[in-house]
Amino acid sequence: MDKQTKLSLEKTACKVRLDIIHGVHAAKSGHPGGSLSCADIITYLYFKEMNIDPKEPKKPDRDRFVLSKGHAAPALYAVLAERGFFSPDELFNLRHIGSFLQGHPDMNKTPGVDMSTGSLGQGISAAVGMALSGKHFGDGFRVYTVLGDGEIEEGQVWEAAMFASNKKLSNLIAFVDLNGLQIDGMIDEVNSARPVDKKFEAFGWDTIEIDGHDFDEIEAAVKKAKKSDKPVAVIANTVKGKGVSFMENAVGWHGKAPNDEQYEQAVKELETALAAF
Amino acid sequence: MSDVKTVATRVGYGEALVELGNKRDDFIVMDADLAAATQTGKFKDAFPDRFYNCGIAEQNMMSIAAGIAATGKRVFVSSFAMFASGRAFEQIRNSICYPKLPVIIGATHGGISVGEDGATHQCLEDIAIMRTIPNMTIINPADAIEAKKAVYAAIKHDGPVYMRFGRYAVPVIFDDSYYFKIGKANILRDGEDVTIIATGLMVDEAIKAYDILKGEGISARVINMATIKPLDNEAVLVAAKDTGAIVTAEEHSVIGGLGSAVSELVCDKIPVPVVKLGVYDKFGFSGPAGDLLDAFGLRALNIAEKAKAAIALKK
Repeated sequence: MDKQTKLSLEKTACKVRLDIIHGVHAAKSGHPGGSLSCADIITYLYFKEMNIDPKEPKKPDRDRFVLSKGHAAPALYAVLAERGFFSPDELFNLRHIGSFLQGHPDMNKTPGVDMSTGSLGQGISAAVGMALSGKHFGDGFRVYTVLGDGEIEEGQVWEAAMFASNKKLSNLIAFVDLNGLQIDGMIDEVNSARPVDKKFEAFGWDTIEIDGHDFDEIEAAVKKAKKSDKPVAVIANTVKGKGVSFMENAVGWHGKAPNDEQYEQAVKELETALAAF
Repeated sequence: MSDVKTVATRVGYGEALVELGNKRDDFIVMDADLAAATQTGKFKDAFPDRFYNCGIAEQNMMSIAAGIAATGKRVFVSSFAMFASGRAFEQIRNSICYPKLPVIIGATHGGISVGEDGATHQCLEDIAIMRTIPNMTIINPADAIEAKKAVYAAIKHDGPVYMRFGRYAVPVIFDDSYYFKIGKANILRDGEDVTIIATGLMVDEAIKAYDILKGEGISARVINMATIKPLDNEAVLVAAKDTGAIVTAEEHSVIGGLGSAVSELVCDKIPVPVVKLGVYDKFGFSGPAGDLLDAFGLRALNIAEKAKAAIALKK
């Protein structure tokens, strides 16, 4: 991609990170760490890759996105808002009574959300179902999903992986947000799913390993994946809490909102980064 | 009795899928490696390209079905009631019912009449489990004709449906003129002393109980409650008012099933005695289906006894 496009995506992702912090702080709860780690991937998909229309969120031929790690909803909401599906002002209502921004994605409440998720392991199966439907009925759309690295400890993920390759669902691309941390600690300590690439390969998928914060690498992976005749897992090495110094690689920021002081510091850091673009 | 035609409701399900398949091509059928038993195999044979086997992975199958439905298409998924409702409960709750996706779950081998396979496969809890989930519709047909009509109704329904079918061949009660509507109970016999509300294979037993009671000078109303959720509240409340006593009959645990649904409603609105016939908090065991129905007291005679008990409780 050209320099200008890359810069623009980086700037958008920075705004998305700021939105995530605003939302989680306003909600006084939520999951900032894993939202910040997958922010670049989701930004890329909605701003550069997917066939979608914010004015017609349900257009039948759209590409689908399933946030299998549903707790990263603040990232998805921020991207949808920045992309024009709804006003970024709404992000301050995250998790509030009556808000269409539920704690986990709700396809019937939020414009642009293609699947309700939140219970780990189920999103990838739903994405597989969408991909199967697309192939079966001859609809040309693609399906993208983002899994957590803790999430892939769920057995259902591997049931879905087995099925997807058996049915040759080459219209499915699954990102694994490999940030190395889950709620209770490092994935290697809790119950590591490593080696992630070898597991997906054993289940009949192609795999591509990338730096999940580098837009060139994200784009190259998607381009390559689209040429595969198999489902593809993009193993994205990421930093949990990316973009906020004190949240980076810190287990404690999985599911905790910043207090007012921490919020101000996070906002300051991200606004400084934004001003530099 | 040799002239009575018996067909399992699962057979009606399989035949209805094929008939539907001949009429429309906008749906998919899935199974979890039990196609021959659930009867989706009939559809598979007729339309091999429209059938997908998920293998032995019911949880995955439910969420896949949700994904298919989320693209605006219809889908039937089948397994045994035990694994559909039990193993995949949370997928049904979160992937299907929460987003109100029109997935039709064809759960066969419900109840004790699974027979020889024994307790691990005899699901007596599925209606209770499914009933607790918002947006869910539950249909438990009484015979193969009703099973077929339920399938036709389900594919037009705008939301998730759990259909419970049986393995055991049961008498065909209805003919093709039978009218089925989701949420609508059918009064099969009228009476004024007591109402028997039955579902599934207990409907035929309830009709027989009517004759037994009639012979003893007791006039019973018999209601077929094929749709357990949403319950036909009006049919129940009118029965409570008209007859002042109710017996429920189901091939299911008395905890959480039809009897509970009726009791909950009646207690709230028109408290009259509700005596429940079902399986009393026990696991099943192996044996021929018919012998098991005898052993668990799921017969017309047992219904008649409960009816008399209900009448005795009237004020």
